[in-house]
Amino acid sequence: MSAVERTDVLVVGSGFGGAITAYHLAAGGAKVTVLERGPWLSGTDFEHDYLLGSSYTRAFDFVVGDGMSVLGGNCVGGGSVVYFAAMPRAPRFAFERHGGIGRRMWPAAISRDTLEPWYDRVAEALPVTKQGWDDVPYAGGVFAAACHHAGRTANPVPVAIDGSRCTNCNWMMAGCRFDAKRSMLLNYLPAAVAHGAVIRPLHEVQHLTRTPQGHYRVHYTVVDDVDYRVHRDEGVIEAKLVVLAAGAGATPVILQRSEAALGTMPHAVGRYFSGNGERLNTAVMNEDRVAEVLGLSRPDGRAYAANQIGKGPCVASWDRLDGTLPEYERYSLEQLYFPPGLGTILAQVPDGSTPSWFGVRKKEMLSRWQSWLTVFTMSEDDNEGVFGTPPPTGNAVRISQQMLGRGTLSYRPTENTLRGWELSDADVRDILGRDGLAGVAPWTNDVVGAYTVHPLASCRIGDDPATSALDDRHELRGHPGIFVTDGSAVPGALTVNPAMTIAALAERAVPGIVAAARARGVDCRYGAPAPGGETSARRGVLPLAAPIVGAG
Amino acid sequence: MQADAIRTATLEAFADTVVPGEKRGDDDVSVAGAAAGGGAVAAGALELLATDGAGMEPILDGLVAALNDHATEWAARRGLALDRDLPAFVALPFGERTGLVSELVGPGHAEKELWVSLALFSNMAYDSAAHLSTVEALAAGHPGLRAMGIDPPDPDGLWRFPDFSYRRPLARLHPGTTASGSPA
Repeated sequence: MSAVERTDVLVVGSGFGGAITAYHLAAGGAKVTVLERGPWLSGTDFEHDYLLGSSYTRAFDFVVGDGMSVLGGNCVGGGSVVYFAAMPRAPRFAFERHGGIGRRMWPAAISRDTLEPWYDRVAEALPVTKQGWDDVPYAGGVFAAACHHAGRTANPVPVAIDGSRCTNCNWMMAGCRFDAKRSMLLNYLPAAVAHGAVIRPLHEVQHLTRTPQGHYRVHYTVVDDVDYRVHRDEGVIEAKLVVLAAGAGATPVILQRSEAALGTMPHAVGRYFSGNGERLNTAVMNEDRVAEVLGLSRPDGRAYAANQIGKGPCVASWDRLDGTLPEYERYSLEQLYFPPGLGTILAQVPDGSTPSWFGVRKKEMLSRWQSWLTVFTMSEDDNEGVFGTPPPTGNAVRISQQMLGRGTLSYRPTENTLRGWELSDADVRDILGRDGLAGVAPWTNDVVGAYTVHPLASCRIGDDPATSALDDRHELRGHPGIFVTDGSAVPGALTVNPAMTIAALAERAVPGIVAAARARGVDCRYGAPAPGGETSARRGVLPLAAPIVGAG
Repeated sequence: MQADAIRTATLEAFADTVVPGEKRGDDDVSVAGAAAGGGAVAAGALELLATDGAGMEPILDGLVAALNDHATEWAARRGLALDRDLPAFVALPFGERTGLVSELVGPGHAEKELWVSLALFSNMAYDSAAHLSTVEALAAGHPGLRAMGIDPPDPDGLWRFPDFSYRRPLARLHPGTTASGSPA
């Protein structure tokens, strides 16, 4: 028998939470191994193709639950590869939310103010930049003009996109062919590898066990690179410390499956899941009215007809991000592109006819697809999601070779969540339905339940052990040496795209993880510059990290 | 009808209920002809359902049998006489097919997930031609991609839109916007 393979730090998942921690730990001197269940794709691997088996289905997962379906990344780089790169910071009030627990959900140590230096680190590293109106594609322009017409404001959103490389192809969900999207593949991950980190794609972690020394053994299977339902091999790696960052749809499942070996998990593991209060409305724009009412025209004379053109979400309306409004009534509205395949089936015909999402009238609606404008609501849900008994492997029973699976998440939206959606639906109708600009209808929740592209909070930080799985340093309660740094650590819905906050929290967690690694005998330091060598934002966080990691 | 013909006709009739199309000829019984132009069947729904990638093939025979059982029961409930030479679902008029499919994919139906999956792939055949290379499907005039007006790619098979923006301010910014461009 061969000896068990050993590493200092084992990182599960390679999205924002995994890549950021892997980089800093490797740069600090730790031996780091990253296990990622999806394939390792880059550059020319990213195809402009809806064919099953292309990068679109290789890198992307759609897990259907009971009342909630989750879309997420499944590749090296995780969500950062398939996301749409909108990177706003969360509004101040989001950190003060109480949700359903009668107290502040976030740890006392974290507010918008205390997170700013960590946001700055991410902004410098990716980088995140502000967009001007010249960067905004037609769809965002129509939404902005309609907001203005309705007496509202609208902002180009900050993004992690290199505008000089972007072709506005709108294939972001299949990975960026042009390296314009600043995913983890272009910064933290190559920098981690340069510092000796080892990344193993197609390695799906199933569960953890503990050694008598208090180390962890991470049990994985090796997934076939075409048919993800097939597992080719299995293995074990022993680590002194584990960082779980498999995503909010998978991290709690790994912990649930580990409970038999590790002992009782905190109550909040696999509970309090939030879909970030997400909701979609699709408007079918009346081209004549866009020209007449909004005064818009393209160089070729068309008013809009540009659903296909762009780079995901580019313009958001933040009028409802008002901390004086009651909780559950605050949300942002963001113009969004959703590609065919998954992006048309749930859209409902705007005239209220039935059936609403298939049949003759839906086909007619599809014939006007280039005039579609989709608006994304991110609101305050009630952390209603609960994960059931884990499937045999992974976080879903896979139906198709890739992408489509059946998970164990159940989600029953409360009246609070439903009220936020109703208010936002009415707002979208008011903005885009005004003066005959468009017919508008929300996507149906009757087919696959609600849906989210931003799963959160299924293993969250907090100060209250009864309602949070992690302490404010992201360590799993009762299981020292296991840290969680992905979206599952975020306590609740943020009312904006959460990637920036997930990344900032991961940056903030690193000093504590370094300290824990040092306490476990790992020779490791904190203080690496940004992956590209920039040091400006590091100056802002070193004084914060010093008391945590101590000298060295 | 032979088993293969029953299977084909039944799956075609289901796909045609999701994205309806025009009849391929006078003897076309599975496509109801409820809409002009090609629908899910012409778009290749059966080809997509048969791919290894979709993962549906192993359960299609079961779905066909179940769908025809549901159609027989539906017809009995509605007092409809069906052409016994056709699979029961195929024998239903288009409006009745639509009613039955609405029930099968509706909230609370015990087999909902299966029928939603079948509907999902039927729709995908039309709106994204997921069984074909997208570039080749566009070049071949795929009925769904063509009807949706999807613009073709550059000669290298990649999409680029140099003309993409109105290039002018179109709204007031939120007064609370911070220096980083984020909400306050």
